[in-house]
Amino acid sequence: MSRIRVLVGTRKGAFILTSDGKRRSWEVSGPHFGGWEVYHLKGSPVDPDRLYASQWSSWFGQVIQRSRDGGQTWETADNRFMYDGVPGTHLWYDGTPHPWEFKRVWHLEPSPANPDTVYAGVEDASLFRSADGGQTWQELPALRRHESGGRWQPGAGGMCLHTILLDPDAPGRIFIAISAAGVFRTDDAGKTWRAANRGLKSQYIADPDAEVGYCVHRIARHRSRPHVLFMQLHWNVMRSDDAGESWRNISGDLPSDFGFPIEVHANEPDTIYVVPIKSDSEHYPPEGKLRVYRSRTGGNEWEALSKGLPQRDCYVNVLRDAMAVDSLDPCGVYFGTTGGQVYASGDSGDSWAPIVRDLPAVLSVEVQTVQ
Amino acid sequence: MIRIMLPFHLRTLARTGAEVQIEVTAPATQRSVLDALEARYPALRGTIRDHVTAKRRPFLRFYAGDLDLSNEPPDAPLPDTVASGNEPYIVFGAISGG
Repeated sequence: MSRIRVLVGTRKGAFILTSDGKRRSWEVSGPHFGGWEVYHLKGSPVDPDRLYASQWSSWFGQVIQRSRDGGQTWETADNRFMYDGVPGTHLWYDGTPHPWEFKRVWHLEPSPANPDTVYAGVEDASLFRSADGGQTWQELPALRRHESGGRWQPGAGGMCLHTILLDPDAPGRIFIAISAAGVFRTDDAGKTWRAANRGLKSQYIADPDAEVGYCVHRIARHRSRPHVLFMQLHWNVMRSDDAGESWRNISGDLPSDFGFPIEVHANEPDTIYVVPIKSDSEHYPPEGKLRVYRSRTGGNEWEALSKGLPQRDCYVNVLRDAMAVDSLDPCGVYFGTTGGQVYASGDSGDSWAPIVRDLPAVLSVEVQTVQ
Repeated sequence: MIRIMLPFHLRTLARTGAEVQIEVTAPATQRSVLDALEARYPALRGTIRDHVTAKRRPFLRFYAGDLDLSNEPPDAPLPDTVASGNEPYIVFGAISGG
C-alpha cells in the first residue's frame, strides 16, 4: 500500500507528517531545524527519500539541508548563491535602481529525472541549479539578464522567484514566476527566456499591455497537459491553454479572486483548487469562513468546500506554497495555514480534517506518495 | 589555542558544544579565527559572515569578555586574554523580543 508523506515548512522549523494510504491516522515528526524559518522542502520524484530543505533565519541567513532517508537525518549542503558576474540593479520600491542582493531561497524544485539535480528560486529573483545534490549552485543568469530585468520591482513580500515548473517530457522547458515581475518561460534549459504574461491585468500597472510587473502568486498544471497552466494572480485566477502565450480570467463566481495557492487535482486535469482571501489589505478568508473552492470545469464555475473547515471566526491565511495534492485515487488535497493547522482531504476536497492543529505558521506544504 | 563560544543555532548546525577550541597562527585576529572556525565546521560558512562581503551578519555580535569587537577591523589582533585562551571569543545573536 502507498504511504503519504506531507512535508511542512513553518516559521519555526520543518515537520514531516506520515500516514498509510488510508490517510486517517498521522504521525508527526519534528520540528526539524527548530527555530529556523523553513520556506520550503521537497522530495525528488525519482528518489523520494532524497529531500531538500531551505532553512533561513534573520540572524544566520540561508542554509540548505539535504536528507537521503526521507527526513530522518539531514546534512548541510552548500549555501553559496552567488549571482553570475556583476549583478547590476533592479528597481526598488521607490522606483530607483537597487543592487541585486541574495536574501533567501523561497522554493526548491528537484528534477523529475535526476535526484542530484535541483533548482532553487531565490530572492532577489533568480534561478539557481545544482547538479551535485546541492554541493554547489550555479545561477542560470540569462533570466536575470532578461531585457526587462532592470525594471523588475519587489512586491511587499520581496522580489522572490517562488514557482518553478519543470516539464518531464520536455527537459528544456521551464516556467518560473516572480513577484512582482510575472511568468517567464525558457525552452532551452535557461539559455534564453521570454516573458509569458500576455492577458494579465493589474490595477497597479498603468500600461494595459505591460510585458512585466505582475504580482503572480503561483502557477500550477497537470502533468498530462503541460501546455495548460493555471495561475493565482494577485487579484484574478487565470488560465493559459497555450503554454503561457496568453492568459484568460477564470475567476467566475468566486467570492474573492484574491488568494495565494492554486493546485490541480492529480487525476482530473480540469479540477483545480484555490483558497479565496478577502483582499490584499486583509489577508484572511471572506466572512471568517475558511473555504477551499474547487472548479471541475477548468475555471469559471466554482463550488465552496467547507465540510470540516472552520466556518466562523477564522482569520488565517494560506500562503502560496502551502497547498499540495497526493497522487492516490481519490486524490488527497492538503493545505497549511498561518494559524498552524494542516488540513487534509482524502476525497478530493469534499471533506476535510486537520492532521495537526498547533504548528507554527505554515509556509509550505508538499506531498509525496511513496510506494 | 582560541576558545570560541557559539550561539545555540550555530552549535546545532555545527553539531558541537557551546565552546569549541581552535588553533590559530599568531597573531590571532577575528578574520583568522573565523576562517579557522569555518574550515573546521563548513556548515557555518555564510552564517556568521556574508559570503560575498565577508562582513559580520547584521544581527550577530562579536565579543572578547566585556569588550565589543563587532565593529573592530577584522585584521586587528585579538586581545591577549582571547589569544591566550584565558577568555573565549564570543559569537552571539541580537536579542529577539516580542
